[in-house]
Amino acid sequence: MSAAMAGCGEILLSVRGLHKAFGGLVAVRDLSFDIHQRGITGLIGPNGSGKTTVLNLVTGEFRPDRGAILFRGEDISGWPAFRICRFRIARTFQLVRVLPYMTVRENVMLGRMFGSTPAEPAQAAGEAEALLERVGLAGRASQLGAQLTYIDQKRLELARALACRPQLLLLDEWLAGLNPTELQAGIDLIRLIRSDGVTIVMIEHVMEAIRALCDWVVVMNAGERIAEGRPDGVLSDRQVMRAYLGTDDAAA
Amino acid sequence: MGAVVLALLPPFASGYVISLFIVLYANIALATAWAFFSGTTRYISLATAAFFGVGIYALAILHVYVSVPLALLGAAVVGFLVALVVGLSTLRLRGVYFVVFTFGLTELVHQVLNWWEIKINRTVTRYIFTDVSNVSIYETLLAVALITIVGSWYVSHVRLGFALRAIGEDEMVARHTGIDTTRVKVLCFAISASVMALVGAVLALRYPYIDASIAFNNTWSFQVLIAALLGGPARPWGPALGAVPLVLLSEYLAGTFPHHFGIALGLCFVVIVYFLPGGIAPLVERYYHAWVVARAYGRWPPAAASPVTGRFKAGLARLNARWWT
Repeated sequence: MSAAMAGCGEILLSVRGLHKAFGGLVAVRDLSFDIHQRGITGLIGPNGSGKTTVLNLVTGEFRPDRGAILFRGEDISGWPAFRICRFRIARTFQLVRVLPYMTVRENVMLGRMFGSTPAEPAQAAGEAEALLERVGLAGRASQLGAQLTYIDQKRLELARALACRPQLLLLDEWLAGLNPTELQAGIDLIRLIRSDGVTIVMIEHVMEAIRALCDWVVVMNAGERIAEGRPDGVLSDRQVMRAYLGTDDAAA
Repeated sequence: MGAVVLALLPPFASGYVISLFIVLYANIALATAWAFFSGTTRYISLATAAFFGVGIYALAILHVYVSVPLALLGAAVVGFLVALVVGLSTLRLRGVYFVVFTFGLTELVHQVLNWWEIKINRTVTRYIFTDVSNVSIYETLLAVALITIVGSWYVSHVRLGFALRAIGEDEMVARHTGIDTTRVKVLCFAISASVMALVGAVLALRYPYIDASIAFNNTWSFQVLIAALLGGPARPWGPALGAVPLVLLSEYLAGTFPHHFGIALGLCFVVIVYFLPGGIAPLVERYYHAWVVARAYGRWPPAAASPVTGRFKAGLARLNARWWT
């Protein structure tokens, strides 16, 4: 694996034996994988396979039962979410979460004011404008979060996450629910962010986007890693097909 | 300007007017302090009476040993510390659970103090002996109210204010944008409580004696909440706008309909809430924007597309959205 990913740089995030159960339900079972710097890694798998739980564990929303999450040389497992954000891991949410009654500008300012390099409100406001322009929300700064369309709320979430100045950005189905035109715009935007040097992990169901963007794909099923590799190889893997389609359909 | 006029008022005013203004300032300070935490974070607290009462008791105990200013300071510190302990243990609760808890807190503190006084001190009342004049109380409370409003306004413009609002809108997002939500909540809950305790302590200077049921009266919790909602709890200056008509209305109704006071006041609230669900502050803001537009364009209605109109429309959208926006 390391050999295949050698071109993508050093390991930035290393998950080792991560385990999380909710009552009797094991959501993530002894999961291990590495994320390489400046790459885009896809985290895929059927619904309920534990992808979002992994993301919640890495960002500190949940506390792992056991296992280590090594980021920039430190084990961040069990850290509170705000500290992990300040340690330069930012995220978006599966169900869009913009702050509805704050303006678009204020939404983005939050990331800048409390993220990895905190700034005063005046400075944050200025930089928010630049970020909004980057994600395609120029001119919307004074609207309320709730007034934006779905795609624009997604853009806003992305701008807010970027305002935290992350080294690692976790996107939870950020491209879900977009029409074909918006999807292409979204793919271009993610490429743009990678070109800024941000490492990206994306949970995604849109295979088109995974093929277009990802250097590496980790496949999960029932809380475990069942495959990983380059997108083309992994997506034609029998085991992966079986996880997505069921035994019979994969055989046929 | 207005503050200077109010500060110079006492020599020209009757004892009644002074007393009325004392109650008014107390309500303004309490409502502003309440909204500083609850209006922004939307953790609706009914513990105002608890901290208010803690302040009263702190003063009653401390003024025997130290000078009045020190006793007042002590009351604020005690209020802060009590809220710190309470906050650390309960600010995990959200929504109606937090409301119910804070309501119960007042009763808990009330009953514990009652028990302590009867079983340990073998008395139910404490006497307060001071020679503080009504004018001094007037001036102190005016200062407290002003400082609370200005302080609340200041905080709304710095990072802490943004953190409070973000917590109110979506606490999970707040956590994941780097806000130490526990620290912000507990700290601001305690700051708010220290103002409440201070107001209780200052008002206690007027009482010849106190007991637990005087100090811990739930009416304070509700009255302060109503004042803040009436004014507009999302703005630092909103609660004051609500406290003024509320106090004056209660005063008027109590004088005019002494036997049907409760019914009359309740009716007024129903009418107010029906016509002004967002409170007074958004209304004031709306007319202010309209005035700005009218002045800029010299006519009404204002031109369709202009930056000022944009702001006006944004204001309208906010007004129509929710009471807390």
